Amino acid sequence: MTIVDMEKPNERGLQQVAANERLTFFGLTLPYLLMVTALIVIPVGWLFYLSFIGRDGSLSFENYERMMKSKAYIRIFLTTFKISILTTIICAAIGYPLAYFMSQLSRKWANICMIGVLIPFWTSLLVRTYAWLVLLQKKGLLNNMAIEMGLISEPIKIVHNTTGTLIGMVHIMLPFLILPLYANMRAIDKDALKAASSLGATPTRAFWTVFFPLSLPGLLAGLLIVFVLCLGFYVTPAILGGGRVIMAAMKISSNIELYFSWGAASALGVVLLVVTGIILFIASKLVSMDQLGNR
Amino acid sequence: MSFLNKNVSETQIRLKDRLWLYIFAYLILFLLIVPSLVVIPMSFSASQYLEFPPREWSLRWYENYFFAWKVENGFNDWMQATWTSVKVAVLTIFVATPIGTMAAYGLVNSNSRVSKILFPIFISPMMVPIILVAIGLFYFFVQFKLVGSVFGLVLGHSLVAMPLVLIIVFSALKNYDMNQEKVARSLGATRFRAFREITLPQIKFSIISASLIAFLTSFDEIIISLFVAGGDNSTITRSMFLALRDQIDPTIAAISTILIVISSGLLVIIQLIGNKENKKD
Repeated sequence: MTIVDMEKPNERGLQQVAANERLTFFGLTLPYLLMVTALIVIPVGWLFYLSFIGRDGSLSFENYERMMKSKAYIRIFLTTFKISILTTIICAAIGYPLAYFMSQLSRKWANICMIGVLIPFWTSLLVRTYAWLVLLQKKGLLNNMAIEMGLISEPIKIVHNTTGTLIGMVHIMLPFLILPLYANMRAIDKDALKAASSLGATPTRAFWTVFFPLSLPGLLAGLLIVFVLCLGFYVTPAILGGGRVIMAAMKISSNIELYFSWGAASALGVVLLVVTGIILFIASKLVSMDQLGNR
Repeated sequence: MSFLNKNVSETQIRLKDRLWLYIFAYLILFLLIVPSLVVIPMSFSASQYLEFPPREWSLRWYENYFFAWKVENGFNDWMQATWTSVKVAVLTIFVATPIGTMAAYGLVNSNSRVSKILFPIFISPMMVPIILVAIGLFYFFVQFKLVGSVFGLVLGHSLVAMPLVLIIVFSALKNYDMNQEKVARSLGATRFRAFREITLPQIKFSIISASLIAFLTSFDEIIISLFVAGGDNSTITRSMFLALRDQIDPTIAAISTILIVISSGLLVIIQLIGNKENKKD
């Protein structure tokens, strides 16, 4: 014990208390950490290991090699990216004007519109997918209406294919884009727009030079969330795609359910995880993590 | 048509310039809400083909849901699956809410360096593709014979519900002045007592909404259930998914209607709770 400590016994005591406090707070997060470690880190780590085990049980890259060479896998990657990119773009094209519209309304009206976004958000994914199946099928509501109105003479095929999958996925993903975007737009200072117009900018110019750049962080957060969620999507393409749209998550599932090939499933899963991880890493550099978590 | 010249923003945009936006926005809101609702009239149809509007009305699909005790096509009976779902969802509340709340409390009080490391780990169940989590859990649970057990399902569902609880309670605690607890403790209360008597009453509405959301998350969860549930413990969403993949059974319209009622009911409660909390401030 040094002389300084003797002179300031209180400081030492306070430091001890502060250290204890920190330990208490960390202790409170332990059950959570334990759950995540036991149920995500260890199982996913194990899958990571399995992805490097070949058929004969030795370490090898054979699962990855097979994936790179096989046409079926390449098609699945292409489908996954195509569907994810298209869904994201359509969501942005529809969601941006809607979020902008809501951000311009008074709080009261915006909250009423928000219910319209939140109801589908909290309605079961299966229910919404099923509803689209009912609407879009050959003898469904949409085809019947179009025939009665004389728009078409034969029912057209809008489900069990890419179109149906896209419609369903856009409907499900839209709230994920609108929520962060709307929060961001609400926070934009309206005085900035007034300043622009008092300096002579037309409303269009004020929008593109002032409002749009300020809304980019929210848009980006929304786009990335939607894209990442699309990459791992399973239920909607499985039902609305009718077996014709095979995305990565569906292949992982069928690898296990039908073929029991854990190596192949794990390798595909690892690729999905890495791509997701890279996108989220870029996202965390561009927008704060809080915003991403804020659904 | 003078109302078209009304200003709709402070930068002199008139309603007629914005009309397209209004029409577009209401159309999209319509398309967001209405498609899910078509299942409601369908569920009261008498026909086993899905026709809209139904020509005859009946309650046969509800009867099928509530009273068809025969196991058809190898699927579990609907009622049993519903019961499993309810059981798992309620238990998920009791696992995810305390764990998430404790972690949120710890996180709010930690310094920013620690919370920067912990936060991404905490929301990882939302970030890792859920299919990967599901097969990982399946593999893991096979070793411990937890596949097809309620306990396994509760663990899996808690994992996805915890980040939501954490985020809700964390943001409530961020707006809360922790000094109040310090005051209580300086007056001799233990930390736990200060939390229970000072903090908890002030954030209780957030904790209640968080637990309702945990319930809903578990009740609607599909992917983990697909892999982890099984045997006598299928969940309602799992049975629905398996039935949907094979044929369109109008019983699903009846179940969907019930699910819509449950989730919108819970949503209304959560919104009311939110209003109550806002008014209090």
